[in-house]
Amino acid sequence: MTDAYTKFVRSAPGALLAKRVGLPRPARLPRRGDRPGPVLGPVVVLGESEGADQVAHELLGWGADVRRRFEELRTVGSVILVLDEVSTPADLGRLLLPLAGAMRTLAPGARVVTISRPARGEDPAQDAARGGVEGFLRSLAHEMRAGGTANGILVTDGVGPDAPGVIGTLRFLLSARSAFVTGQLVTVASEAGSLTEDLEQPLAGRTALVTGAARGIGAAIARTLAADGARLVVLDVPGAGTELSRLANELHAVPIQLDVTAQGAGERLVASLRERGLRLDVVVLNAGITRDKLFANMTAERWDPVLAVNIASQIALTDALIEAGAAGAVLGAQPRVVSLSSTSGIAGNRGQTNYAASKAGVIAFVDALAARLESLGGTANAVAPGFIETEMTARMPALTREVARRLNSLQQGGLPADVAEAIAFLSSAEAGGLRGETLRVCGQNMVGR
Amino acid sequence: MTVPDFPRDALILGGNRIPFARSGGAYAGISNQDLLTAALDGLVARYGLQGAKLGEVAGGAVLKLAGDLNLTRESALGTPLDPRTPAIDLSRACATSLETVIRVSNKIQLGQIDSGIACGVDSASDSPIEVTPRLRRILHRAFAAKTAVQRVKAFSAIRPADLAPVPPRNGEPRTGLSMGEHQALTAAQWGITRQAQDELALASHQKLAAAYDAGFFDDLVTGYRGLSRDQNLRPDSTLDKLSTLKPVFGVRSPEVAEPTMTAGNSTPLSDGAASVLMGTQEWADERGLTPLARVVDARSAAVDFAHGAEGLLMAPAYAVPELLDAHGLTLQDLDIYEIHEAFASTVLATLAAWESEEFCREKLGRGGALGAIDPDKLNVVGSSLAAGHPFAATGGRLVATAAKLLHQREVETGRVQRGLISVCAAAGQGTVVLLESVTDA
Repeated sequence: MTDAYTKFVRSAPGALLAKRVGLPRPARLPRRGDRPGPVLGPVVVLGESEGADQVAHELLGWGADVRRRFEELRTVGSVILVLDEVSTPADLGRLLLPLAGAMRTLAPGARVVTISRPARGEDPAQDAARGGVEGFLRSLAHEMRAGGTANGILVTDGVGPDAPGVIGTLRFLLSARSAFVTGQLVTVASEAGSLTEDLEQPLAGRTALVTGAARGIGAAIARTLAADGARLVVLDVPGAGTELSRLANELHAVPIQLDVTAQGAGERLVASLRERGLRLDVVVLNAGITRDKLFANMTAERWDPVLAVNIASQIALTDALIEAGAAGAVLGAQPRVVSLSSTSGIAGNRGQTNYAASKAGVIAFVDALAARLESLGGTANAVAPGFIETEMTARMPALTREVARRLNSLQQGGLPADVAEAIAFLSSAEAGGLRGETLRVCGQNMVGR
Repeated sequence: MTVPDFPRDALILGGNRIPFARSGGAYAGISNQDLLTAALDGLVARYGLQGAKLGEVAGGAVLKLAGDLNLTRESALGTPLDPRTPAIDLSRACATSLETVIRVSNKIQLGQIDSGIACGVDSASDSPIEVTPRLRRILHRAFAAKTAVQRVKAFSAIRPADLAPVPPRNGEPRTGLSMGEHQALTAAQWGITRQAQDELALASHQKLAAAYDAGFFDDLVTGYRGLSRDQNLRPDSTLDKLSTLKPVFGVRSPEVAEPTMTAGNSTPLSDGAASVLMGTQEWADERGLTPLARVVDARSAAVDFAHGAEGLLMAPAYAVPELLDAHGLTLQDLDIYEIHEAFASTVLATLAAWESEEFCREKLGRGGALGAIDPDKLNVVGSSLAAGHPFAATGGRLVATAAKLLHQREVETGRVQRGLISVCAAAGQGTVVLLESVTDA
């Protein structure tokens, strides 16, 4: 899936030319198969708080080579900056500057993760320090080299640094599974969720539904969730039935052919699940379409189906699943809903008013849905992919596509598997403390936050 | 497998087909093997049969290429079924996959197998084209030649006329008449009106479209190559539109005073494949599958159409009474009738025959007419006129559809439901099957 430009600049003459004239040289991003270990060592945990000690202790438990300073290290694999107790902006320099001198020792594909607390509108000096972490982190992510990423975890006051949501998010951000996630801050809002014992198969014993599963990102999601141990229910429109069957055969999954926009689609889904005695622990709302056109040329024929598939169907399906009730419940005890948004829904995109409206709708929808699912012990979150190499983006005009690929800190398009990995994380038991988050998988695309 | 107390019930557990396409339409250029593999792939996915070793896959095609010697086995090998599952190809024209259902059923009932798939496929778009018999003999001589001289000598016998390919015969070998021409004679003989045929065709489209809309086919059909519904289906068809079509069959027969058969009330040439999963109660229980219906019995009959003693497609009119008599049933004891709509007039002529005192006395040797059936029980979710008719796939489509209908109705009514499937076939043949609903309760 390497694009032609990237292939060229990785060749010997290409590399020379790119270096001379300062062309972008995208790094090869290590992914799950390239780096199966939980953390790239050695890992340095900076910070003076009790939280820093807890995090260092946790990492020792993973078998990592944990240090508390950079001295004597030639290369550094991962850095965790624990900033949970900063009280004034002056604290930041003392805690962060040791990393400055070590930046050049970061290994290819290195990970930097901050752990801090969100501003809460009470203490101006403390909030300024807390808010400052975001600016630092987003800028540092732009400066990371050779496929390295920098991300942050915002831990709401009252939630411990060892809460399942924090540990789970840390595991994800340190692993190769977050290869295309950088410059992002993830908020852990509660102590909910539980730690996964089986790190190889974090979704073992869980049943996951993926809509729009027959092709592209949907198929990648299904494969990733299956690799993580989940039993899959794959859903797509009847027209994609054979592709769906083949995927179902590959993954030993249950196929359901259904147009999610059809009248009573939710009830049909509930009936299909009951008929097969299935209860969903994970619901991935991936089905989506584009009908791009400048707004000046927009018609109902292009607007309505996009809103119908990308957001209205998600509301209808989740309504039906929740309302199936206790007696014939089709949702498990701690359901995880993950919906597909888009960076277009955050920053907007020329020619995509309809698509962006639907995808911005998803961001607000998961927030509201998370509140609704809380009483069931469930959560809802979203993933917002940036430029991902798919059949859909392969149809973009060549130059537009080439520019789109380079417009992020990692200077390349992501892979469907990158989106799938983020979804697998949000589907895990550990992600219980994440509520209504929208996690970008965009290589820190230069648009929006 | 221990020796069971047989006969045991052979249960229909479900089915899967791909949408049927019009000949030269969505599946043009796709082989029988690909079509059948797609139908089987969908069945394996729906019932979780990955890696399963079944007793047998029985299938067939009517328009079969010489190279497709082991069509069914090759297709099964292309699926995730255990490659040690044996397969057989057989053929009885349009009744082919009804015959495969009977074969699998018989083997299950006799304890020879516990599970099996009955299936059929046809592609009118990819029908075999042969060479002339003379060219074939020349080529055989040339291939057998031992020296170059002999070979050149053999080839030199080829004349330009030998090079014209021979398309598949569109007619009965013994009469030279196409099936439509034969049926036009039968329609005229029974006085089947244009109006009645168009009404039956329209009802078929409306009922099939309504069933699709209601989700009835969600677990019977797997979309293929962008088709999610049968390509021939015209939900917006009207009697007015159908009445404007010109007759295409019987137009040159002096025996047919007023031709009535049009492209609208005749089934089009189609491409498609259908499959049916069958097994014993124990096998279904092991896999957590819900049996829908059991195969009660079946009969085949043939008529002397070649000497004009009976219409080409009238054999089911003979087979059905024989089947019903064997079980002490009357025609009206059935809850649904699936009568293959080869042509609208075939269905109407068959019903007319059963209603005729004269036919039932003279041809069937009975005391009186079998009588009329409740039209609301006939082809209730549409049939071949709307769905299309890939010859060997039709029986599989009918059996899976009927089994699901019977099961649904028993769940609703709490009463055992009986269904009749009747398929006419080329060369004056017909096969009929009696199904009975089963439920867990």
